[in-house]
Amino acid sequence: MIQASGLRKQYGTTVALDGVDLHVREGEIYGVLGQSGAGKSTLLRCVNLLERPTAGTVTVAGQDLTALGDRELNRARQRIGMIHQHFALLSSRTVAGNVAFPLEVMGVPKRERERRVGELLELVGLQGRGKDRPHQLSGGQKQRVGIARALAGNPAVLLSDEATSALDPATTQSILALLKRLNAELGLTILLITHEMNVVKSVCDSVAIMSAGRVEESGAIADLIKTPGSRLTREIFPLPEPAPAGSVTLTFTGDPRQPVVSEVVRKFDVDLSILGGSIEDLAGGSVGRLRVALDGAEAGAALAYLRGTGLIVEVAGETREGRAA
Amino acid sequence: MTWEEMLPLLWPATVETAQMVGWATLFTAVLGLPLGVALVVFDRDGLRPLPALKSALGFVVNIGRSLPFIVLMIAIIPFTRLVVGTTIGTAAFVVPLTVGAVPFFARLVETALREVGRDVVQAAQAMGASRTAIVRKVLLPEALPGLVAGLTVTVVALVGYSAMAGTLGGGGLGDLAVRYGYQRFETLLMIVTVVLLLVIVQLLQSLGDWVARRLSHK
Ligand SMILES: Nc1ncnc2c1ncn2[C@@H]1O[C@H](COP(=O)(O)OP(=O)(O)OP(=O)(O)O)[C@@H](O)[C@H]1O
Ligand SMILES: [Mg+2]
Repeated sequence: MIQASGLRKQYGTTVALDGVDLHVREGEIYGVLGQSGAGKSTLLRCVNLLERPTAGTVTVAGQDLTALGDRELNRARQRIGMIHQHFALLSSRTVAGNVAFPLEVMGVPKRERERRVGELLELVGLQGRGKDRPHQLSGGQKQRVGIARALAGNPAVLLSDEATSALDPATTQSILALLKRLNAELGLTILLITHEMNVVKSVCDSVAIMSAGRVEESGAIADLIKTPGSRLTREIFPLPEPAPAGSVTLTFTGDPRQPVVSEVVRKFDVDLSILGGSIEDLAGGSVGRLRVALDGAEAGAALAYLRGTGLIVEVAGETREGRAA
Repeated sequence: MTWEEMLPLLWPATVETAQMVGWATLFTAVLGLPLGVALVVFDRDGLRPLPALKSALGFVVNIGRSLPFIVLMIAIIPFTRLVVGTTIGTAAFVVPLTVGAVPFFARLVETALREVGRDVVQAAQAMGASRTAIVRKVLLPEALPGLVAGLTVTVVALVGYSAMAGTLGGGGLGDLAVRYGYQRFETLLMIVTVVLLLVIVQLLQSLGDWVARRLSHK
């Protein structure tokens, strides 16, 4: 649905994007993570060409945006929704007026506009608030107006730049739930930028982790979790890094009730100490990560057994290892 | 001088001042608003960056603003004659008043438009709004309270300018104050004129503040 290739963006001597490729599939929620200044916003703004990339192409819904003239670009943008960290609502208009704005831009007749605004406000749970002014709403409600406005043109794609960063945790969750619902009900493809791991965990199907203008790692979360040494896994789980030398870190997906630890202790002459671990609920299911130390005569055999169980086993101090070879 | 003697002088003078200021305000708004919009739109980080044009406009505006009004009034006499055919009377002085106030108001418009958040402008761009739509539906409505405040300041300045214009043959309250108060030592009339100007300015300012406040939804 969104395909960016070889994106570069330079501001003078600052390189904000340094050859970024991004592939967002239809109907997925794709998160972009990264530290401040990594180039996340620049990337998002290149997707609807608010920022024209120095090099590279952007294709949205099969249309190469970088090749379009002003007029066609504006038409294409009407099919790409965007929501903003500070909502960016017009204070000169009512809630209904804000949602009507993109419809006016598209030239939708007044009667049709009013009907559509009512529909959209209901979709985001703001029915009856049309006559209010933005300043009379809470942050969460303002963002709902932003979302209704973004959906006015029946977009195939929604772009979100830190849309929940200005909100408290409970409101963040309700906005995320709304986005998830829209994703499921309308098949809306969502590309969202965030610096909160929580957002990635609760809604994203795929992620890209950016650093210094490059994508360091990207793909479906389920796949990245299974990739030993992935940065995403390290970021999601609150285990101390780097792991102490010789410690064993086990990652298991699917049913968290897998009695591997007790099996190992029963079958082999080893002492097993738990150094840390947790189970995280991700959008695609729960994933556990456990760090242990194995000591005793049969430690090597126990490790080999663990590798045979299909868990992802990483031994600190060794070179990166995959599933049991 | 008694009140009966003063009234027939004060009333027409007030009307003349109102006419001069009224027409000048109208023309200033009509000319200054697009000029102010142009200063913002053609700026380097504006909607349609044309830095050379913006510099040229800025330069012209600065000339207009740096000339003392009394000098400007005299300097543009040939232009005034070209436009209205005469250089005396209330109508003739609408021209220098307008020429003097347009650059002033344009700068205030520019400032008001710059107050509009970058994020709302970008949000409109992201929605596919054309530049014209952004100016008409975002910049101007969002800046409206600021524009009204700017126009109020301009009107008040015009009242002051018009008093100056009066002394050069434009009529109005300024002319009255100079002819009777200064040249004929009618101190009472002078005081009454000053009070009247003060009251007019005060009323205009309060009205402008009230309208700006009504329009603001922050
Ligand atoms: N308009 C601009 N002019 C100059 N430099 C810019 C501009 N926009 C971004 N940059 C630079 O590009 C780099 C990437 O900025 P960007 O806003 O994309 O980062 P980000 O990942 O979104 O950060 P944050 O999490 O703080 O929002 C930074 O070094 C920034 O200073
Ligand atoms: Mg950013």
